[in-house]
Amino acid sequence: MSGAVPLSYYLILGALLFIIGAVGVLTRRNALVILMSIELMLNAVNITLVAFSRFQGNFTGQIFSLFIIAVAAAEAAVGLAIIIVLFNNRETLNVDEINLMKW
Amino acid sequence: MEPFFFFLFAAGAVISALLVISRRNIMHCALFLVLTFFFVAAIFVLLNAEFLAAVQVLVYAGAIMVLFTFVIFLVHIPRTEKIRRTFGQKNLALALGVFLGLEVAYIVYGAISAPASPAAAPVVQGGNTESFGVALFTRFLFPFEIVSVLLLAAMIGAIVLAKKEIDR
Repeated sequence: MSGAVPLSYYLILGALLFIIGAVGVLTRRNALVILMSIELMLNAVNITLVAFSRFQGNFTGQIFSLFIIAVAAAEAAVGLAIIIVLFNNRETLNVDEINLMKW
Repeated sequence: MEPFFFFLFAAGAVISALLVISRRNIMHCALFLVLTFFFVAAIFVLLNAEFLAAVQVLVYAGAIMVLFTFVIFLVHIPRTEKIRRTFGQKNLALALGVFLGLEVAYIVYGAISAPASPAAAPVVQGGNTESFGVALFTRFLFPFEIVSVLLLAAMIGAIVLAKKEIDR
């Protein structure tokens, strides 16, 4: 394993993807794009978990990421259903206009 | 060869992720997100997690993104496209992004000055998928069942939320 990639590179990649996702959640106003950015952040965490699992020789990280993928699927299904109901009721996807419960 | 492919896939993932959050057309966002998921799956293969790479392509690039595409078709694109991309909070958000980036730079600095990063553990013999399945159905059987209940609850919840209310 002479030319192998060190663990820190994978962690930096995960951190970069997480930052991009976080900036996407904060800058975009379209509810669908915000949901996509959340998926991006979940993926970044998965990279980190799998990288640690690989370098520790421990399988638990990979199992954890499988569960994260399952929870992400559940979250996407419910979130998209909420977006459809929201669009039918308010005719908008702009999260700045959806402020009924804002104090 | 591994560093070359790592940098190839990592650069692809970061660039397509940047395009996801910067494209104005929401359909382009969705398609670049699919591309990002494929690059992440390639990173998983580099990390000897073949089963997870397959699950990534099937569940994320397949199921979740098809769901996203259907919803994009259901909500009318011409009206959703008009949403402003930038607003007053943007500068604050970018400042937070820069702050997080500085934290990453600090970690990079620490990793470079560290004496030696740990070497990769030897690859599990007998294939990734087999040991994955054995672990999933022995040690992690209970969480596995809980996740199946969670998926059932999410499915019922999504159907109940999104169905047309006919009998009211």
